[in-house]
Amino acid sequence: MARVELTRHLFQFFPALEGKELLVDQGTVADVVAQMERLAPGFAFYVCDERGRLRRHVNIFVDDAMLVDRARLSDIVGPTSRVFIMQALSGG
Amino acid sequence: MSDRILIGTRKGTFVAERRGTKWLPRLAGHPGMGVNFVVRDPHTDTLWALLGHGHWGAKLSRSTDAGTTWTDAPQIKYPQGARYLALPDPSEDNPEGKGPVTSRDATLLKLWCMAFGPSGAIYVGTIPGGLFESHDGGESFELNRGLWDHESRGGNLFDGEGNGMTHWFGTPASEGGEFAPGIHSILVDPRDARRILVAISTAGVLESTDGGKTWRGRNKGLTNDYLPDAHAEWGHDAHAIELCPSDPDHVWQQNHCGVFYSGDGAASWKKVSQPDRGVHFGFPVAVDAHDGRTAWLVPGHSDMQRNAIGGGLFVARTQDAGETWEPLRNGLPQENAYDVVYRHALGYSEGRLAFGSTTGNLYVSEDRGETWQTVAHNLPPIYSVRFA
Repeated sequence: MARVELTRHLFQFFPALEGKELLVDQGTVADVVAQMERLAPGFAFYVCDERGRLRRHVNIFVDDAMLVDRARLSDIVGPTSRVFIMQALSGG
Repeated sequence: MSDRILIGTRKGTFVAERRGTKWLPRLAGHPGMGVNFVVRDPHTDTLWALLGHGHWGAKLSRSTDAGTTWTDAPQIKYPQGARYLALPDPSEDNPEGKGPVTSRDATLLKLWCMAFGPSGAIYVGTIPGGLFESHDGGESFELNRGLWDHESRGGNLFDGEGNGMTHWFGTPASEGGEFAPGIHSILVDPRDARRILVAISTAGVLESTDGGKTWRGRNKGLTNDYLPDAHAEWGHDAHAIELCPSDPDHVWQQNHCGVFYSGDGAASWKKVSQPDRGVHFGFPVAVDAHDGRTAWLVPGHSDMQRNAIGGGLFVARTQDAGETWEPLRNGLPQENAYDVVYRHALGYSEGRLAFGSTTGNLYVSEDRGETWQTVAHNLPPIYSVRFA
C-alpha cells in the first residue's frame, strides 16, 4: 500500500493521526485525499478548497515529484508510493 | 455590562476578564492561528471563532465551555454552482488585467463576521461576498441566494449567465489577498428578525425585510470620492455599520469616505464627518445601546496613512447624531502612537468600550470613553474586540 506522511502542522488539527502509519490504496492523489477524509473527517477541506483544488499554499509530493495537477489531483499514486502532504512555506 | 472581552488576533484568540478593577488578558485558544472574529452566541453561550489559516483555508471553530477547549465546527463551503462576476486580475500571462468580465467559481476566501438574529439564526459574512445562514444552531450553513443572486452583482449565475454586469467591486482583505467583495457587517433588527442589513466592501449597504429572500440597496445619501459619480448607487466602501439595539432606526456607518448617520433605518444617510476635528476616515463604529444619537469612532489619518492622527490616539464621540464630536484622549497615548484600529476591533457594552490595534495594544474605558486604561501592550495584531 502507499504510505502518507503529513507535515506536523496538520497534527494540531487532527491529533488522532499523529504517530499512526497512514496506509492507503493506490490510485490518484484525489483518491488518497478521499481516503484521508474517511480516516479524519474534515481533512480534505484543509488540503483542498470546496472545488477539490489543492490550496495555494499546500504542496503534495508523490515520492520525489511535486504534484502537477493541482486542479483535479489526478497524479498517479503507485502501490508503494510515499505521498507527502506539506505546507508551502509562506507567511510570518 | 460584560466583564469579559473576546479578542481575535493574527496569532490566536485572547480573552480579557475583569478582576476587581483590573482587566487580565490571556491566550484562550488557537495559538499561532489567524483569528478574524470571536463572538458569543447570546442564545447558546457558544463562543465562535472565525479562523483564517494561512495554508489551510478559512475555518469555523467553536467552544461550548467558555473558551477552555475549541473544536472545528461544521464548515462553511460555497455550494457547487456558486459563481460570481469579476474582471480579470493582472497576472504574468495578462499583466494589464485586460479582458471582459467573466464568472469565477466561488470558494471560501475568508470568514469575516458573525451575527445572531433574535430567533436564534446565525449569520456569517464572507469573502467573496456570500452571506451564510444557519437555523440549527450552527450545525449547517446555507448560502443566502437572494443576496448572492442580486441583480447588482450579476443576477442568478446558478441557472444561467445572469445579466453580465456586476456593480460589486472588491477588497484585498481575503486571506490570500484575492480581490473580491466581502461582507463585514451584518445587523439583524432586534424588533423584527426579518429585517437584516449587510454592508459590503466594496458595494454598499443592502437591506432585506423578508428574512433574506429579497434585498435592496440602502445607499441613498452616501457619497464617495473615488468614483466618477460621487452619488453612484453602488460602489460604496462601508467599513463598518452598527445600529442602536433599542432604537434600530438609528444606524451608523464609518465609510472609507467619511462618517454617515441614518435616523430612518438606513433609508437615507447623512454625512456627519468633521475633518477639522479629525473625524472622517477610520474603520470601526460603536453605538450606544439606548441612545441611537450617541456613537464612538476611532479616527485614523486618511486613507493614505491609516493610523493615529499626528501620533496621538483618540476616540471621537458624538451625543447629538453627529452634529458635534468630542475627542476623548484621557489615558490614550498622545506621542508616537501609530495604532491602526480595524473595523471589528471596537466593542461596546453598556457604557464600557474596548478597542485593540494592529500594534497589539488593548484599551478599555469604563466610563463611556471619558478615560482609558491600557490593558495589554504586546498582543499580536488585533482584528476583533467584542464584549461577551
